[in-house]
Amino acid sequence: MDMNFTADELAFQKKVADFVEANLPPDIRTKVDRGIELTRDDFARWMRILSTQNLAAVNWDKKDGGPGLSIAQKFLAEEAIFLGGAPRMVHFGTRMVGPVLLAFGTPEQKARYLPKIIASEEIWCQGYSEPQAGSDLAQLQCSAKLDGDHYVVNGVKIWTSYAHCADRMFTLVRTSKEPKKQDGITCLLIDLKAPGVEIRPIITLDGKHHFNQEFLTDVRVPVADRVGEEGEGWKIAKFLLGHERSNASYVSINKRNLKKLKDIAADQRVDGARLADEPAFRAKLSELEIDLQAAATMAMRQLASAAADKPVGQEASILKIRVMDALKRGHELMMEAGAYYAQPFEQAQIRGESNASQIGPDYLYRMTPDYFESRAMSIAGGSHEIQKDILAKRALGL
Amino acid sequence: MNFELSEDQVMLQESVNRFVQNNYSFEQRRKIVGADQGYSDAHWAQFAELGWLGMAFPEAAGGYGGTPVETMIVMEEFGKGLVAEPFVSTVVLAGGALVHGGSDAQQQALVPQIAEGKLKMALAFAERQSRYNLADVATTAKKSGGDYVLSGAKSVVFGAPSADTFIVSARTAGGQRDTAGVTLFLVDANAPGVAVRGYPTVDGMRAGEVTLTDVKVAGDAVVGAVDGGFDVLDATIDGAIAATAAEAVGAMSTLNDMTLEYIKTREQFGQPIGKFQVLQHRMVDMFIAHEEAKSMAMMAAMRIDDADASERRKAASATKVQIAKSARFVGQQAIQLHGGIGMTDEYAAGHYFKRLTMIDRSFGDGDFHLARFGALS
Repeated sequence: MDMNFTADELAFQKKVADFVEANLPPDIRTKVDRGIELTRDDFARWMRILSTQNLAAVNWDKKDGGPGLSIAQKFLAEEAIFLGGAPRMVHFGTRMVGPVLLAFGTPEQKARYLPKIIASEEIWCQGYSEPQAGSDLAQLQCSAKLDGDHYVVNGVKIWTSYAHCADRMFTLVRTSKEPKKQDGITCLLIDLKAPGVEIRPIITLDGKHHFNQEFLTDVRVPVADRVGEEGEGWKIAKFLLGHERSNASYVSINKRNLKKLKDIAADQRVDGARLADEPAFRAKLSELEIDLQAAATMAMRQLASAAADKPVGQEASILKIRVMDALKRGHELMMEAGAYYAQPFEQAQIRGESNASQIGPDYLYRMTPDYFESRAMSIAGGSHEIQKDILAKRALGL
Repeated sequence: MNFELSEDQVMLQESVNRFVQNNYSFEQRRKIVGADQGYSDAHWAQFAELGWLGMAFPEAAGGYGGTPVETMIVMEEFGKGLVAEPFVSTVVLAGGALVHGGSDAQQQALVPQIAEGKLKMALAFAERQSRYNLADVATTAKKSGGDYVLSGAKSVVFGAPSADTFIVSARTAGGQRDTAGVTLFLVDANAPGVAVRGYPTVDGMRAGEVTLTDVKVAGDAVVGAVDGGFDVLDATIDGAIAATAAEAVGAMSTLNDMTLEYIKTREQFGQPIGKFQVLQHRMVDMFIAHEEAKSMAMMAAMRIDDADASERRKAASATKVQIAKSARFVGQQAIQLHGGIGMTDEYAAGHYFKRLTMIDRSFGDGDFHLARFGALS
């Protein structure tokens, strides 16, 4: 047994880290550091910079146009990017649409869409949830009816992350009402500029715009933009869940947050002493660090299994629960560290619409919005309750 | 032993409840906190008319002689609607300091004005380095003839933008964290050298950074004894803990009602999600958390006037620890049970969660009061 990366792997990570250090635009770095909302242009600019080194589609094989990294290298590259202070990518193209098209797409679809994903020339979002179909996704009602060589789509999608920054939406629609509701679902690629698409922002508790609701009214989608056959949408969605639930990258985000939390605890004072040395806070900090170590080691075990082509299995759900819990806890402690300065909040500042100086220590201002935002970590992408149902059923046979 | 409200207290509760029902729907509140001022002058006038602003003050001072139980009743109902008027800053904080430390002359001059709704006040006690330690005061007050000259900066002063008069803690003697040597001063918000940068807080309320640059006040502006302000401040903050505990109880009660309604009506997998046992038990734990918090808020209301300062402090700290635990659990789980909709700004649940979270960040958090309670036991 050996839980260390090789010298070559670490040298590779250093190369990526150096690239990020030299090429992350200072204005984007500042926004990420201060928790200010990023614009479509910010995301697009950074993703294109990563694409120049073929580091946007970091998970793609060489034969598909990707960098062809090993599983360890993928993890280390993403870690270097996060620890370097870069924003998270709007990664639905590289993480979802790409893998799906590679597995299920027609040659025309691959030729049309894949190069623009690799180059970050088109940004994608994911249209799954609906007002009545959240945890119970198979309940989705958004309908697509065939009309010549087009589908006519009508319905509502919700909780679509970064639709306002995206060009296209990878969408699950209902093409028929089968007795088993999973059977009538089909996957369409929808142009968000098409007539009949209306995107409305959903502002969350942190005051920011991450989510959207899409109203689709008689949107005409070419049959050529259907992925797989009619009724294969559920199969494709399940294929993707395997990709979405590889949450190892959240270990790296957690590491970045832990560092930030330690910096804050070292700077804040309690009766003149460091908050980091105050016994109750120090115990909480240590507990989080140990939780994170357990999660990180679990993640490494999963990476090693995946590298050895062994099935990862139900551990994916365990990891999701624990990395998200650690993330939530880290944000909670950063908020607690602020004491009274956890309270000031002006939406215009957090949305980057004000130049007024922030109230209190500038590193604290974002902590409470981030805490509220982090509460979604146990809701989005399959809630903790759903993950535990999966574990109860599949891991424990209950 | 009697945990029932008197007839008059029931009437007060019904009256505040009616006000909240009529004036604090979620949409109405959004308008109020979204406007520049962040509260309604008409509501403030109504509070005065209904006697709520003078209620907590002794009759001799021009108040109506109420007890902390009346304050609890009002605050619990306010919490149900997340009432945003600067009641805590004027009546509970600055008013509390006047009750505990004000001279007869100060009380008789200021309390009737507060009761009539003509005077808003704020208590400026926190500083950038102080966290929750009331004795950590770097702002200085230097004697100059019969006057004092104040210099320093006060942090996150609740109700600062609307305050006509501040009560400011400043150091007249001793080291930066000595309890002895802290003195409280009445400072006119318009006095030369006073600057206020107002802002909204996360929960939609208002606060401000108050900077004092060579602010001159007369000798009779001292509230309580010179160098003896800490005890006044300490008793005042304990009163604020009791009051905001009741507010948190009200907020938790609404949030629990909202969540219960949601899990009864939201259907997934062919049934209301409230049919799933894991959510039933979670909801029961939230219900228990609220009941515990309510018990402790009642205890605080009955003990917070205890002549024995050590008993008072223990009651306040014990209550604050319970509120921290209950409010955190109820707030976080209410969002989790609501799912995505609970995360949105346009849905009420998140705003209750925010207020509960900010109550935990005020007057000492759970850790602070756990340590304070331990030191007193």
